[in-house]
Amino acid sequence: MSRLQVAIVDYGMGNLRSVANAFKAVAPSISIAVTSDPEQIAQAERVVFPGQGAMPDCIRELDARHLRQAVLEATQQKPFLGICIGLQMLFEHSEEGDVSGLGVYAGEVKRFPHERMVDVHGAKLKVPHMGWSQVHQTQSHAMWSEIPDQARFYYVHSYYVAPNEASLTAATTAYPFDFTGAIARDNVFAVQFHPEKSAGAGLQLLRNFVNWKP
Amino acid sequence: MGCAKRIIPCLDVTDGRVVKGINFLELRDAGDPVEIAQRYNDQGADELTFLDITASSDNRDLILHIIERVAEQIFIPLTVGGGVRKVEDVRRLLNAGADKVSINTTAVLNPQVVEDAASRFGSQCIVVAIDAKKVDNQPFEWEVFTHGGRNPTGLDAVKWAQKMVSLGAGELLVTSMDRDGTKIGFNNPLNKAISDAVDVPLIASGGVGNLQHLVDGVTVGGADAVLAASIFHYGEFTVQQAKDYMRQHGLEMR
Repeated sequence: MSRLQVAIVDYGMGNLRSVANAFKAVAPSISIAVTSDPEQIAQAERVVFPGQGAMPDCIRELDARHLRQAVLEATQQKPFLGICIGLQMLFEHSEEGDVSGLGVYAGEVKRFPHERMVDVHGAKLKVPHMGWSQVHQTQSHAMWSEIPDQARFYYVHSYYVAPNEASLTAATTAYPFDFTGAIARDNVFAVQFHPEKSAGAGLQLLRNFVNWKP
Repeated sequence: MGCAKRIIPCLDVTDGRVVKGINFLELRDAGDPVEIAQRYNDQGADELTFLDITASSDNRDLILHIIERVAEQIFIPLTVGGGVRKVEDVRRLLNAGADKVSINTTAVLNPQVVEDAASRFGSQCIVVAIDAKKVDNQPFEWEVFTHGGRNPTGLDAVKWAQKMVSLGAGELLVTSMDRDGTKIGFNNPLNKAISDAVDVPLIASGGVGNLQHLVDGVTVGGADAVLAASIFHYGEFTVQQAKDYMRQHGLEMR
């Protein structure tokens, strides 16, 4: 089996076809596969770690497929893109089901607090946070190449990451307070929004990932 | 600050083609689903909804092929509804490339499907569609109807919405049967009552005739997203014109 350029980690949670479709659209000539084979992930040039659903289920399914080690190694070694729950799982702990994450980064995954979900006009803000919100880039990064600051990306989530280290944050979104919309550290970049569903800006982010040389 | 209000064109699909008609009469072929989806995407649609109105069960799988083709080329959220009866139907639509699946009549006949689908695939992909009509023979104002508005259920639409959210619905698509096809605007009191009663986003549907109706749906009806079919299909307005109008009226738009 030849070495994949992009391996999309499949641990049985949700539909990863959209992510694969979007990569194929921006980089038709590279080898991309959705895989649950730890060996294929270990060999891949780049790893994408998506996720949807509830974090406790995601962690359980990841372990059921013996993929934890391959994912942890990828976060140490090669260009790594986490998406949605794939971002949240990198942290120590989640309020969702009071579950431990992979612990790559110190911090907590928190639920949007009901009492704070009011906008400046006093209108109720809904949870899940579902829709297109502005993403404020808090550090310059190759992954933001050709993407304007405050570009809108599509979010759908009820939990957000709160890193202990503020310097980990690469972008924030206001809903209504600023939460971490993306993190960056060495070879890892991870986003709470869905680039594969974010039209032009999202496709550009995926294109940047394929070209990224951390 | 917050989320842009979403505009969602709705495409009715039968036997693998997009159709349009007036009040579901005289359905005419409106073209290739992928081409139409692409056009709305290019106009800035925030999301697309496909409603499968195929009558014959023989041709039900055609919607899967459509979703597969659309999902290969269009990178915005896709919702599919119509004829969803089992958790297995939800799975097949998601695997074809739908991001959300809308459950309507089945939610009433078998609410367990909503709960099971939400716990299996996550609330983020489960939309419950509620068709409601104003009634005067009940101790509440709006009653839930099924089967395209033909069958009364005896259920209070507001309480029903709360129940669906408690079972795991991540979003509600509320259609006013009184307004559908009338072009006199959304039923804003109904939408407001439901929106205030739940925490999840509400999509308003039924009755849009002009762009001010879209604005009112948000500002008066408390909708997080507005769904419309005919004003876009017949070329009266483009999605971009609708977004510009809403933005000019102070709404946050993408």
